[in-house]
Amino acid sequence: MDVLDGNALAGRLADLLGWDATDSLIRCRSCGDGGAVARVAVYVSAMGAVARCRSCDAVLLTVVDAVGGRSWFGMPGIDALEVRRA
Amino acid sequence: MSFITRGFSGRRAERDPRLPPGQTLVGDWPVLSAGPTPEIDADEWEFVVRTENGDHRWKTAQLQALGMEDITVDIHCVTHWTKLDMPWRGVSLDRIFDEVETAHDFVMAHSYGGYTTNVPLEDLLDGKSWIAFEADGEPLTPEHGGPARLLVPHLYFWKSAKWVRGLVTMPDDDPGFWEQNGYHLHGDPWQEERYW
Amino acid sequence: MTRRPTAWHTATVVDVRPETPTAKRLDLDVPTWPGNDAGAHLDLRLTAPDGYQASRSYSIASSGDGTRVVLAVDEVPDGEVSPFLVHDLRVGDEIEVHGPLGAFFVWMPPADDDPRPVQLIAGGSGVVPLYAMARAHAVAGDASEFRLLYSVRTPDDVFFRDEIAALAESGAVDLDLVFTRSSPPEASFPPGRLTAERLRDAVVPAAHNPRVYVCGPTPFVEAVSRWLLDAGHRPGDIRTERFGGS
Repeated sequence: MDVLDGNALAGRLADLLGWDATDSLIRCRSCGDGGAVARVAVYVSAMGAVARCRSCDAVLLTVVDAVGGRSWFGMPGIDALEVRRA
Repeated sequence: MSFITRGFSGRRAERDPRLPPGQTLVGDWPVLSAGPTPEIDADEWEFVVRTENGDHRWKTAQLQALGMEDITVDIHCVTHWTKLDMPWRGVSLDRIFDEVETAHDFVMAHSYGGYTTNVPLEDLLDGKSWIAFEADGEPLTPEHGGPARLLVPHLYFWKSAKWVRGLVTMPDDDPGFWEQNGYHLHGDPWQEERYW
Repeated sequence: MTRRPTAWHTATVVDVRPETPTAKRLDLDVPTWPGNDAGAHLDLRLTAPDGYQASRSYSIASSGDGTRVVLAVDEVPDGEVSPFLVHDLRVGDEIEVHGPLGAFFVWMPPADDDPRPVQLIAGGSGVVPLYAMARAHAVAGDASEFRLLYSVRTPDDVFFRDEIAALAESGAVDLDLVFTRSSPPEASFPPGRLTAERLRDAVVPAAHNPRVYVCGPTPFVEAVSRWLLDAGHRPGDIRTERFGGS
C-alpha cells in the first residue's frame, strides 16, 4: 500500500468543506512542523484516509466516509486549519 | 443525485448465508493501514497488561508458554469483506487474564506505531479472543500485524489490533483511534455496529 | 486571484482514443465546468446498478476557461475503475466528475515579471498534469524557462508524444526523455532508471532558483525529491503529487 500526499484528500475535503483545502496551512500539534495540506503523508484505505505528519508520524487529520452520506472529518493532530475564501 | 454508470458493475463478489448483514465473501486478505508498518525487533518484543494494580509483562516465549492453540474463525471487516474458516494460532486472553486481577470492565489495546482500540473485557474473555502469532498456517507477516496481533473475531476486524504491544484496563469505555474518528465504540458485525 | 469553485458535474464522453498500448485519451464535455488551472485533477465516480460506487482521481491534461476536459487514463492491472474507463467507456456515456481540484499542485503564468525557471519532473503517467502546465505555458506565451524531465518505460509509453515533441521543437520546453526499459535508436543514453547524477545534469540548477513540480508513483517522487534536496533545491520550492495504482 503506497503512501500518498495531501493532494489525495482534495476531493474528500472539498465535499466536506465546500472548497479545496490542499493549499491551506496546518501545523502539527506534536512537533510543530507546518505546511500546506498537500504536503502531508496520506494513508488511504477503505477504512478512511489518515493524514500524518512527515516529521513525526503523528495523525493530523482523518476522513471517514460512512454510507448514507455521513462522513467524519477528524482533526486530532492540528490546532487549526487555514480557510482561504479567495 | 448520482446516476448509474452504463456498463459498470464493480468487482464481482460472492454471497454466503453465513455472512453478517452487509458483508461480502472474499478469497484474498486485504491489507488496510492507517500508517507506516512499524519495525519491531522480535528479540525486543514484549507484551504488557497494565491494570490499576500494576504491570504484567511477558516476552514471546513466556507468553506462548501460557498455551498456544489452533483455532478456526471467521473475520469480518467493517469495509464489508469477510473471510470464513480462517486458521489462526495464538494464546487465549483467558490464559493471560488468569494471571491478572482487575476491577475494570474495559480494555484499551495499544500497538507498536501508536494505534489503539477499545474493547470491553467481557468481549475478550471466555474463549472470545487471542494474541495471535500465526494466520493461515504461517507466522504473521508485518503487513498483517506480525509478530503478533490481537484477534477478536466476533467484533469487526479493526478491533483485532495489529502489532499489539499491550492492554491497559480502564474503568470507562474510552474510544480508541478509529472510534474517535467515526467508528462504533463496540463494533458487533451481527448488529452492524459500524459507525457512531 | 479568485478560486474556481469545486463541484460535482455530469460529463459526457465525446472522444475516446488510444494514447499508449495501455492508456486511453478521453475527451469530456462538461457544460457546467468553470475551467481549471494547469495541474488540476478531478475525481471520477462510477455507480453500479446496486448502488455501489467507486471513485478515482485523474489529472487533467487540459487547462483554461473552456468546458472541454481532457484526461489520459492508464490501465492498472486488476484495477477496479481504470479497466472500465480504458475498455468499456463509449462516446455518449455520462460520468460524474468532481472538480476542479488541486489548489496546491497547479501552475499559472506569473502575474509579475517573475523570471523564475520551472522544472517539471514526470514519472510515467505522472506527466499528465505536467504536460498541462507545459502546454499552458506555451499557450500563454509565457517567457519563463521551462524544462521537462520525463521518465518512461519505452517510447510507446510516452503520453502526448506528438504534442510534447511539438512543444520541444518550438522551443517552449526543453525536453529530456529518460527511457527505463528500452530506448529508440537515436537516444543518447542506453535504457536505465533515472539516477541522481542524470537528474542533476538534466534539471535547472538549484542556483537558478527554479520552481520544481514532481509527479508520479510514490517511490519515484520520493527518490526524485531526495535527489533534488541533495542537489541543493529547497523543500519549499518543490511541489509534489504522488499517486498509487487502482
